[in-house]
Amino acid sequence: MDELIFFINKVIISGTVIGSIYALGAVGVTLVFGILRFAHFAHGDMMTLGAFFTYSLVAILAAAGFSLPIPLGIALMPVAMALTSVAALGLDKGFYAPLRRKGAKPVTLLIASIGVTLMLQGVIRLFYGTSTRTFFESEPKDIFRIDMSWAGGTRPITITEPQAWMFGLVVVAVLALHFFLTRSRLGKGMRAMSDNPDLAQVSGINTALVVRVTWILAGALAAMAGTMLALDVSLKPDLAFNIILPIFAAAVVGGLGQTYGAIAGGFLVGFAETLAVFDWTVFLRPFRENLPEWLATAQGLSLVPTEYKLTVAFVILVIVLLVRPTGIFKGLST
Amino acid sequence: MALIEVKDVIGGYGGAPILNGVNIAIEQSDIGVIVGPNGAGKSTTLKAIFGLLKVTGGSVMFDGQEITNSLPDKLVPRGLSFVPQEKNVFTSMSVEENLEMGAFIRRDDISGTLEEIYAMFPVLAEKRRQPAGELSGGQRQMVAMGRALMSKPKLLMLDEPSAGLSPKYVLEIFEHIVSVNKAGVGILMVEQNARQALAFASRGFVLASGKNRYTGTGPELIADPEVAKSFLGG
Ligand SMILES: Nc1ncnc2c1ncn2[C@@H]1O[C@H](COP(=O)(O)OP(=O)(O)OP(=O)(O)O)[C@@H](O)[C@H]1O
Ligand SMILES: [Mg+2]
Repeated sequence: MDELIFFINKVIISGTVIGSIYALGAVGVTLVFGILRFAHFAHGDMMTLGAFFTYSLVAILAAAGFSLPIPLGIALMPVAMALTSVAALGLDKGFYAPLRRKGAKPVTLLIASIGVTLMLQGVIRLFYGTSTRTFFESEPKDIFRIDMSWAGGTRPITITEPQAWMFGLVVVAVLALHFFLTRSRLGKGMRAMSDNPDLAQVSGINTALVVRVTWILAGALAAMAGTMLALDVSLKPDLAFNIILPIFAAAVVGGLGQTYGAIAGGFLVGFAETLAVFDWTVFLRPFRENLPEWLATAQGLSLVPTEYKLTVAFVILVIVLLVRPTGIFKGLST
Repeated sequence: MALIEVKDVIGGYGGAPILNGVNIAIEQSDIGVIVGPNGAGKSTTLKAIFGLLKVTGGSVMFDGQEITNSLPDKLVPRGLSFVPQEKNVFTSMSVEENLEMGAFIRRDDISGTLEEIYAMFPVLAEKRRQPAGELSGGQRQMVAMGRALMSKPKLLMLDEPSAGLSPKYVLEIFEHIVSVNKAGVGILMVEQNARQALAFASRGFVLASGKNRYTGTGPELIADPEVAKSFLGG
């Protein structure tokens, strides 16, 4: 039983956590791609920016002696989401919109977004330095322990308070996005523009407004993903650096421009990573007496060493693209 | 005064002009049909009216106002609608969502117009929840026309609405166009099925090399031996 609990803690919970973050990130990437047809490389740094916005707000309120029954990082996340949306609109106005007006190719915009990545990282380092920070300096990080003794377990299933919030909020965000895209006039206009930009223009859809709404959503989702990642682990200026590639892999695997595909892709990549680095020797423990010695004493039976976790996303990417070149949900091609 | 008046329009896609002085004038009660050989600039003319390419000379008047080089998001609210020749439906969206996108510029209740479209094309009512990409060519053309009618236009421009359709559907689409016109919507369309379309056209325009070659009522053009010989295949 304890082996199973260990598996739940290490794979199910961790996989859901990282899968949620990848999914939120990939949705933002895929929305921007659907509307503006370029891979927005700086999406990861919008996540970092959002997390630093939340961090700053928390620091200010904590310094004022303010506290809430829920983690401040969760309570203030909506404000940071709004700020990041404004920042995303600013980035578009300052960098991408002028290039679009000149009729720049997608690859030019991609390279511009790499420039924006470097700029954002620079600005964040300028204000916050390079140190690693935590949201839980002034308040405790509560851990829920679900007692499993009724099932014969001696150890509990553990889940931190931010993780519990994350699971709930990701469900809320996905549902909200679903209703926005399928029920609201603007959401449908967004899907129309992603489906057929020329016809959207011909129909009189206000494409400039759709572009703004896209950046607002992308900024908000990025801030949410970034804050959650920082709450779960820690916050540093290169927070997004290690996850931007899996996020792009998730968006491509799901089919670029496909919102539900990006969610599916995010969880697929997230779970694949946690499964790949999981040490399967745990499950051998109960049978140790009956196993040949080399197997009974095997150390670290995981598919991929943790340091090479990043490769998992690419293995999945390559496999999916070989089988379905446009992703799981038929996506747009460039 | 004419509902739309295209005067000596010159324009193209950035290189040498494709249109070298096109003239078109039609009333709201008219069905105008543009015919001509491949590459004559028929599609380009409609795109030029709709602000999809740069007009470098001449002018376009619509409903008493100059609209030269105005963009679609200004033109649609003024009462101009356009059904492009290709890729004229949102394939991933349902039939009903396609129609709703045609009414994007409207902030009033669109349910009445929606019902009118479904009354005109009952097959669309049956398939309203189905993605438009799954429909047959003829049904897609109906979705495309329905989408363009959702903004309650004064003038509906159609680029080869019968392209790729079986003869039965060609006839059906033409009948719908005539009935839309009877309901008070001006029509300006480009057609490959020239003889068939000119038969019900109150205004006909033969275009070649980006210029008007002949202008007249549809039946006049069909009766003109020169037009018949050079442009209508004898
Ligand atoms: N997007 C474009 N960019 C550059 N040139 C174009 C473009 N579209 C059309 N042309 C050129 O403009 C000319 C007129 O094309 P247009 O599509 O208006 O012809 P058409 O009369 O509609 O012909 P068809 O019967 O084949 O539809 C052609 O020589 C074509 O090559
Ligand atoms: Mg054409």
